Formats: sequence, structure tokens, C-alpha cells
Amino acid sequence: MFSLEGITKAIDTWLNAHFNSTVVLLAECVLVGVAAIALFAVLGLGLVWMERKVAAVMQIRLGPNRLGPKGIFQTSADTLKLIMKEGLTPDGADKFLFNLAPFIVMIVAMLVLAPISFAKNFQIWDINIGVLYVSAVSSLSVIGILMAGWSSNNKYSLLGAMRSGAQIVSYELSAGLAIISIVVLTGSLSINDIIQSQQNGWWIFKGHIPAIISFIIFIIAVTAETNRAPFDLAEAESELTAGFHTEYSGMKFALFFLAEYINIFIVCSIGATLFFGGWMPLHIGNWEAFNHIMDFIPSSIWFFGKTIFLIFLIMWFRWTFPRLRVDQLLNLEWKYLLPISLFNLLLMTVVAIMGWHF
Amino acid sequence: MFLKEYINDVLKAAKSLLTGMKVTGYYFTHRKEIITEQYPDNRATLQLAERFRGEVVMPHDENNQHACTGCSACEIACPNGTIKIINKFDIQPDGKKKKAIDTFVYHLELCTMCGLCVEACPTSAIKMANTFEHSVFNRNQLTKRLNQPGSKIREGVE
Ligand code: SF4
Ligand code: SF4
Repeated sequence: MFSLEGITKAIDTWLNAHFNSTVVLLAECVLVGVAAIALFAVLGLGLVWMERKVAAVMQIRLGPNRLGPKGIFQTSADTLKLIMKEGLTPDGADKFLFNLAPFIVMIVAMLVLAPISFAKNFQIWDINIGVLYVSAVSSLSVIGILMAGWSSNNKYSLLGAMRSGAQIVSYELSAGLAIISIVVLTGSLSINDIIQSQQNGWWIFKGHIPAIISFIIFIIAVTAETNRAPFDLAEAESELTAGFHTEYSGMKFALFFLAEYINIFIVCSIGATLFFGGWMPLHIGNWEAFNHIMDFIPSSIWFFGKTIFLIFLIMWFRWTFPRLRVDQLLNLEWKYLLPISLFNLLLMTVVAIMGWHF
Repeated sequence: MFLKEYINDVLKAAKSLLTGMKVTGYYFTHRKEIITEQYPDNRATLQLAERFRGEVVMPHDENNQHACTGCSACEIACPNGTIKIINKFDIQPDGKKKKAIDTFVYHLELCTMCGLCVEACPTSAIKMANTFEHSVFNRNQLTKRLNQPGSKIREGVE
């Protein structure tokens, strides 16, 4: 049966048979880096294409359909165009920060990739505080955004960056509380443990209504955190021209653009891990036969399937809902999401203590 | 009391958001709703909307007659001087002179397809056609004469 674990094992044994341990470690680090960058490139191209197709069909259009079957190569052509373009640095900009910002955003996105478990035993770094690590590191990207907005020396950029800052800081809270409610059920911060605890059913089914509420809160909060519509005030095209990346062009713009999609992928994979069992196939209690059949589908397919489903959900939001105003945005967080998620956390704790979940 | 309102608000919001998602979800799952015309691939079967405005034309019937009285109302209505009406005087059988259209000059390159001329015409002599492939190599070709040579005003149109 196909599995990513087999591939890594094979590479590891082959390397160990031929070289000493230091070389093996270095070679594996390089391989992981290359794999991560390759994944980023594929995700960037694939998700942008998917977004454009989903948007088109929802707006009763066809979307890109000229380049390759169903326009699949459109995004590659766009990337080529962006590479060829001149990367301008405005005269009044703070040159160092301006050029650094896109890389910070990108590096943060890369760092968050580390503890995510893509398939059974296929994980870059199995760290015992995985969930904490993810929520801590992912909020660092706001530094990159503020840096971009400040150094551009442009009022639109600055306004966009400030809005983005306010937004990320406030929505971080309810995303964190939604994550904690699953941690309460699992009793562990390690991504692997969380997945293992869903051996006999995903938390969204096992955790009753509190799990569903925290899933809804989670998906709203991460949509806001990744600056996606309807929370895309930070880059509102119609008001701020493009927000914090107004002044960016060429490849530096592409990095911001790519980072947005990478971030979506990451938050969706976290959502899939917490609520839908990550790579864990659909298991129902102790129906041995059913569970066994489900195990035949490779775990990587389960993981990517769930993640892409969540990404689709977020795209669905984007192409349905109108953008919020700043005050509405903060109202939603502080007056609705935060109290509800606090109450929900209490409910979840009661469920966990009484052992009402399955 | 406050709590009841609060919960009501949340539920109402959820309901209206779901209504919105239902609409886009319907379009997503029903590809036959797509209205994109794949021009020029489907040039033969192209479906244009009834109200599409391509250019101003003056319909003539089988006797080469039109309904234009030469009143210049269209020329006055046009916001950007696209139309120029040149009149002549016909000698009627009873010897009286009567104003009639000599040349209806239409500058397609100036027209914004606003349709005000069509609205203004008291005898509905002109209308918007939905032809739209107007590219030519010489801009002189865009200055058109809308009344056909030798055409007359239809009997009974005043
Ligand atoms: S459509 Fe508008 S612009 Fe064109 S001729 Fe008529 S009034 Fe003038
Ligand atoms: S087209 Fe109509 S409005 Fe224009 S001159 Fe003729 S009758 Fe008058």
C-alpha cells in the first residue's frame, strides 16, 4: 500500500547504509527543506488555481480555461510573469525593512509547517507542544505585515498594516480558545497525541455540541487571522488599494501572495488535525469491519482531503460574504466570539470532566 | 432579557449567513447555470441579450422605406454629437414643399451606445442593433449613412 512513511523509511535506511550519521543528518535536513519548498510551490500554484475556479463557478463564470486542461497552467504562467517583473523599492521606503518583510512572512509560514503531521508517521518535527508552537509562531506573521506597512512609507500600507495588527491580535484569542477546547478533551498539546486520541472517531463527532461550536469559532477566527474575505480589511482592494503590500511588485509581491495561501493551508491543516482527526481515517466507535475498510485509503489522502475540504469552506466564505467594517470586525470578536468561546470552553471542560464524550 | 436578544442575534446572523452560502453553494453544484459565452469559439451560436446595444441602425422595409421624418430630435438628444441630420425639401404632388431626410450621418466612432437617440425619436425610426464586431482598418469606414440610398419615408408617418 502506498504510504509516505515508506518513502522516508527507505531514504533513511539507504542513507544510513552509505554514509556516517552526521552526513545523514545534514542530507536529511536538506531533503526536508527541499520538500517543504516544493510543497509550497505546488500549494501556491494549486490553491490559487483552485481559488479562481471556485470563485468563477460561484459567480456563474468559467474561470481560467485557456492554458492547459481547465486552465491548470494559468497560475504557472502568472508566476513566470511575476518573476520577470521588476521588483521596485520606492524612494522613500525604509529599504532594509521593506525588502526583509516578505521573507519574514514567508519564513513564519515555513516554521509553522514543522509540527504538522501530513500522514501516519510523516512529520518534520514531532514536538510535544505542537499546538502551542503553531499558535505562537503563526501570530509572528503580523510582525512581517506591520514591517511591510511601516517601511513602505505609504498611508494605505500603514493603515492596512494597522488594521491587520488589530485583527490578528484580537482573533488570535478566540482561535486559541477554540484550540484549547480540543486540548481539554485530549489532555495533550502534541499533534500526534491529538490525532491518536481520535482513533475511535473524530472530535467533531465525539465532542457533541461544544466541539461543533468551537469548530465554527475556529474557522471564523482563522479566516480573520489569514486576512481572508470577509475579514480582508487589511488589504481591502476597494478602500486601501491593497493594504500593506500596495508598494510591492514582482517576486516580493508574489511572496506575500504565496504566504497568504500557505497560511490558509496551514490553518486548515490544523483545523483538520484538531477536529477531523488529521490523517486518521474515518473510524466509527468499534465497528471493526468498517474501520478496517477505511484504513485501506492511505493516510496522506485522508489528510489532504480534509484540509482541502476546509480550504474550500474558507473559499466559499470569501465568495459569499461582503466585507465587514473595522468596528463590526472588532465587535464580532470582542462581543460575540470571545464570550461564546469562553462559555464554550467551560462547557467543554464539564463534558471532559464528566466523561460525556465518547 | 439581554441574553435572549443576544442569542437571537447570533442565531439570526447564522441563519442569514447560511442563506447566503446556500445561494453560492447552489451555483457551485449546478454548472449548467454558468452564463459565460465563449466568444469567439461559439461565434456561430452566440446568444446576445435582447437589450444589448451594438450600434444605431435605421430599419427599412421591403419597399426601401423608413420612418424618419428628419425632425432632428435624435441629433439634439445625442450627448456627444454622433448624429448629423441633413435635410432636404421634397416637392409634394400638390406642389407644397415638405421637409424630409437627405442624409442621416452616424459617427460610430463617437457613439457611446447610450441609446438616448432611440428614446428621443418620436416615430421609432431608429433602434439599437446587437452587432458588435466593428473593427475596421480605416476610421472613415466608421462614419455611416443610416438611410439607404433612394429610400423614402413610409406613407402615413408624420
Ligand atoms: S446611442 Fe447615444 S451616443 Fe450613440 S448616437 Fe445615440 S444618443 Fe448619440
Ligand atoms: S431618426 Fe427619429 S428623431 Fe432622428 S431625425 Fe429621424 S425621426 Fe427624427
